[in-house]
Amino acid sequence: MEMEVDARGLSCPQPVLMTLEAIGKAKQGTITIVVDNETSTENVTRAAQSKGWTVLAVDKAANGINTIRIEKK
Amino acid sequence: MKTNWFASKSGIIAVGGLIGAVAVLLQYWGNPANMGICVACFERDIAGGLGLHRAAVVQYLRPEIMGFVLGAFLTSLAFGEFKPRGGSSSLIRYILGMVAMIGALVFLGCPWRVLVRLAGGDGNAIFGFLGLAFGVWIGTLFFKNGYSLGRTESKNVLSGLAMPALMLGLLIIRLMFPPVEGQPQSGILFYSLKGPGAAHAPLAISLLAGLLIGFLAQRSRFCTMGAIRDVLLFKQMHLFSGVLAFVVVALIVNVILGQFKPGFTGQPVAHTQGLWNFLGMTVAGFAFALAGGCPGRQLFLSGEGDSDAGLFALGMITGAAISHNFGMASSPDGIGPHGMAAVVIGLLVCLAVGFFHLKRES
Repeated sequence: MEMEVDARGLSCPQPVLMTLEAIGKAKQGTITIVVDNETSTENVTRAAQSKGWTVLAVDKAANGINTIRIEKK
Repeated sequence: MKTNWFASKSGIIAVGGLIGAVAVLLQYWGNPANMGICVACFERDIAGGLGLHRAAVVQYLRPEIMGFVLGAFLTSLAFGEFKPRGGSSSLIRYILGMVAMIGALVFLGCPWRVLVRLAGGDGNAIFGFLGLAFGVWIGTLFFKNGYSLGRTESKNVLSGLAMPALMLGLLIIRLMFPPVEGQPQSGILFYSLKGPGAAHAPLAISLLAGLLIGFLAQRSRFCTMGAIRDVLLFKQMHLFSGVLAFVVVALIVNVILGQFKPGFTGQPVAHTQGLWNFLGMTVAGFAFALAGGCPGRQLFLSGEGDSDAGLFALGMITGAAISHNFGMASSPDGIGPHGMAAVVIGLLVCLAVGFFHLKRES
């Protein structure tokens, strides 16, 4: 099952905390995290990678909404 | 995916080191000893320069602060990261700014000055650093339990422009009413004739240093509070490596310039009451953690269009005025007559903010 984390409008450390919580629950699979600023994008990808997850893609929409997909097999 | 080198490991270390070097070089160029950069002190000096408090030794419109905001503003525009936003418990953030400043002025410095004082050999800053870390740690306990000031939303462009415009306005009145030799007032502005407020680098150097740091910090997300928080909360050293580089480079440059003077007594703009140095920074660190950024980071965010961060900074300026007017700020002789009350009330306010915002959004 694919989990989704909506961290729009939140600033650090909350997007990272929410991502780590999702990682803790999911253990493996794919997680999508939605944020609305570059700092959170960098922080979330850094945190996910430090937990051994792979960043599949970061889709950057014109309205500043970034969708990050991470995976662990 | 386009990567941002400044936000990489080597990037944050380079940025931390460069800011540390600039900080102590500013002392060499005229800023007060062990106060090359201190966001709290400089905002306090701005409050004094505007006449919001009348402590005659700390009145000067510090161009570094204007440079921080305007540098971050121009950088965020250039990189497409300028984004007007706000509405996340704005008044609470303003009050947290006041509390943070009141705590910082019991210690006599913000987290930036903790680093600068450590690099200058001021042993009292060890208590400040420990207090800061303790305050941030209390903040992380709240975050672990779902603390949140709520989501921001996009705002009208004017909300985002307000803080940079305010800083531009300050810069304009600084140019209109420059200091006059031997005069405590120039037009509408106040200028210290002695004390730390009278020590400053030339306007152009201060402003350029501020703009440079605004650029570097906006790109790298440098944050002195976040550095400690991320270690405690995530065991992540990324931002902390920038802070370490800051101290190491500042220390080396201080030694080269003959500015390193280790000891506890007789340190510039510092007192030796260890407990209050610790507790003052505990309050400040707690407030910075709850607000999500150190005083420098709040200025950079305000330049990016975050009006809540702008309100936090304005809260700090207000807090400085209150602190001096009410005898809560310390001096080199020790804490002010109402410094203890300030610490207790500050802690209670932070605890109230923390507990009232524990509920998770559904």
